[in-house]
Amino acid sequence: MIFKKFNIENKKARDLIPQVVTILALLSVIIYFATNAQINMGNRGISFGFGFLNQEASFDITFSMIEYDGSHSYGRAFLVGLLNTILVSAIGIFFATIAGVIVGVSRLSDNYLIAKVAEWYVEIFRNIPLILQIFFWYFAALRALPLPENGISFNDISFLTIKGWYVPKFIWTNFNIFLLSIIAAFIAIYFINSYATKQREQFGKQLPTAIISLSTLILVPLITFLFFGVSLTFEYPVLKQLSPTVFTFEGGVSIIPELIALALALSMYTATFIAENVRAGILGVSKGQKEAAASIGLTKNQILKLVVMPQALRIIIPPTTNQYLNLTKNSSLAAAIAYPDIVLVFAGTALMQTGRAIEIISITMLTYLTLSISISIFMNWYNKKMAIKEK
Amino acid sequence: MNIISKPSKENIKSYLPIGITLIFLSLLDVFVNAFFNYNLLGFFPSQISYFLPLVFGFIGLYLIRIEFSGIRSLDILNKNINSNNFNAFLTLLTLFILIKSIPPLLNWFILDANFVGNTKEDCTGDGACWVFIKVWFNRFMYGLYPDAEQWRINTAFLILFTIVGVSFFVSAKLKKYFILFLIFIYPFLGIELISGGGFGLKYVETAAWGGLSLTFIISAFAILFCFPIGVFLALGRRSTLPAIRYISIGFIELWRGVPLITVLFMSAVMFPMFLPDGTFIDKLIRVLIAITLFEAAYMAEVVRGGLQALPKGQYEAAKSLGMGYWRMNVLIILPQALKLVIPGIANTLLALVKDTPLIFVVGLMELAGMIGLAKTNPKWLGMAMEGYVFAGLVFWIICYAMSRYSQNLEKKLSTER
Repeated sequence: MIFKKFNIENKKARDLIPQVVTILALLSVIIYFATNAQINMGNRGISFGFGFLNQEASFDITFSMIEYDGSHSYGRAFLVGLLNTILVSAIGIFFATIAGVIVGVSRLSDNYLIAKVAEWYVEIFRNIPLILQIFFWYFAALRALPLPENGISFNDISFLTIKGWYVPKFIWTNFNIFLLSIIAAFIAIYFINSYATKQREQFGKQLPTAIISLSTLILVPLITFLFFGVSLTFEYPVLKQLSPTVFTFEGGVSIIPELIALALALSMYTATFIAENVRAGILGVSKGQKEAAASIGLTKNQILKLVVMPQALRIIIPPTTNQYLNLTKNSSLAAAIAYPDIVLVFAGTALMQTGRAIEIISITMLTYLTLSISISIFMNWYNKKMAIKEK
Repeated sequence: MNIISKPSKENIKSYLPIGITLIFLSLLDVFVNAFFNYNLLGFFPSQISYFLPLVFGFIGLYLIRIEFSGIRSLDILNKNINSNNFNAFLTLLTLFILIKSIPPLLNWFILDANFVGNTKEDCTGDGACWVFIKVWFNRFMYGLYPDAEQWRINTAFLILFTIVGVSFFVSAKLKKYFILFLIFIYPFLGIELISGGGFGLKYVETAAWGGLSLTFIISAFAILFCFPIGVFLALGRRSTLPAIRYISIGFIELWRGVPLITVLFMSAVMFPMFLPDGTFIDKLIRVLIAITLFEAAYMAEVVRGGLQALPKGQYEAAKSLGMGYWRMNVLIILPQALKLVIPGIANTLLALVKDTPLIFVVGLMELAGMIGLAKTNPKWLGMAMEGYVFAGLVFWIICYAMSRYSQNLEKKLSTER
């Protein structure tokens, strides 16, 4: 009786009680865990702290984009793992987008065969667990490649072998100038495009922006080659005999099979989801829009570029962002095939050596959280830019 | 330019036979080449003969591209695979790739494959060694579970499937009891059967569980628990009480922001640190909790989508009838919201099943893990391809059936609305 009265008449108190109870429950769980952790660490003679990041790691990493060996610190090892994660995610996102768009558009093709093949691609690769696909490429498909001495050669420039894919190494002189010129080209393209938009909106003039942009992007860096002393030579991989039966490639860049398998599986798997997004996006643009555009005399390409794509992109981008995030998170499956990503290097080897479970797992999870959040912030910004501006 | 007139109804009599002959020739060449390794057009220089089928087929398809030919099947063909030059090219390319890839696949899977025998030495052909799967089948299904006790797993699943199967045919009233039994009684029964320890059943430790049955056990329990937790989290996220809302948001976003593999790592190495010294929680239970919480966060977002899609009037109507928060949600809001998001729920469950192989990181071995173990067995080296193709096939059948079922459900519900 009292409770009922209290319940009805005092809304503030009624709202307060569940909140206080929840917070107290959460706090007590946290405190319980924290005290236990403290006792446990005290028993094992370790204290909480991140000082270990400066200690010598004394383990090697098979694949690193920055200089690293056993004498570097755990912090450096973390960085190597992080860069490897970012590398495989970036490669995966790049190829998944291309494949996804092609498959998604193919599913809507009026060619029955193409549409069916695309549909089955999606059905097959979407319904097999990613980890199995990674295992398949790594343990089964890539292991079937030939040894270095009879590697599959592409014009004697690059070689595909069981030990990885050997590609020519780019050797630049004055690379900084080249990089600056590319940045300059992009800035120029930005201004050209905004000028073209202005021209179109004010005077109804159509400038061939695509051709101008492309030629700027090619011509400006080309000029640096001719006048600013930028040059590019290639170092080709060469087969070398180590002993009567052991061959290896020297020179060039070796792309390890772990990276190939992971990037292949990630992009093929994620492409199926992106393809579905693309399909939904294009289907989501109503027929009336295309008909209206055609009736005011736009050409087929103009309809696609000015009417269909801007609207379809609005539907495609949000779920595709999610897929990019998923791909980044899924890249952690690298640990299964020993690709040295952040999970394997840091949450695996480093944890095993230091025994600092709490610190290392927290850092790893925080890293992924940061990656996720930064990608979603970027995509939200882009989304807002693309959104319909209601007038 | 008008030496060759455009294919049209007038010249159909001459163009159609020529076109069909050319297409037939090109397909025949590729077919013979693929199946019998014989090059029909081999008398041409090699570079030309390689592309000749494509050229022949292309010209053939061009010649039969006759609008309003009056022949129904030809019109359908032209509309579907031969509407313009680009489409014709794509059609030919697809056909050639399909024809080319069928023989090696067929050879590997069936013709050159070995089915009989008990050891690796019985595999003499170039194709797949299905003997590997046959010999290890028991392990792939039951893990290291003792052979003599495997009937218990079978019984547990048999009971489950029988109840689910029967519940499709009984009246709605009885169905309710079936579902209640499945949710509240069956899990204990099933675990008792599989784990043993009571009723004269021999105890089998969880480390011995494995194979496909472990995939099912984990999926079933995670589905059972992640659903209610997800609903509570979704309600929490939509709550007007700030403390509850922010805790829910924090919880959901934390799990959704990290990969499952790190969560499993956490459950394996970090979680024991948080418990009093000496307490030991079974590995399988820790993994189950981790997967459940992880998937619950995804489930919460799906359910939230349904809650947001409901019109405000539903809430207002329920409140105007004098319903409290819980009565409103349980009787009015959730039934409608959940119905709206059935496809989303099905997708989350599908993701859950596809995530189960990840438990290898804590040393539990379901199907993929058992294959990893079997392929490193010294007597069976080099069987990775067979193993993973088999596992992929099994998972594909499960997942494809699930996604088909959810699509059907979606269609059925959308017609009702």
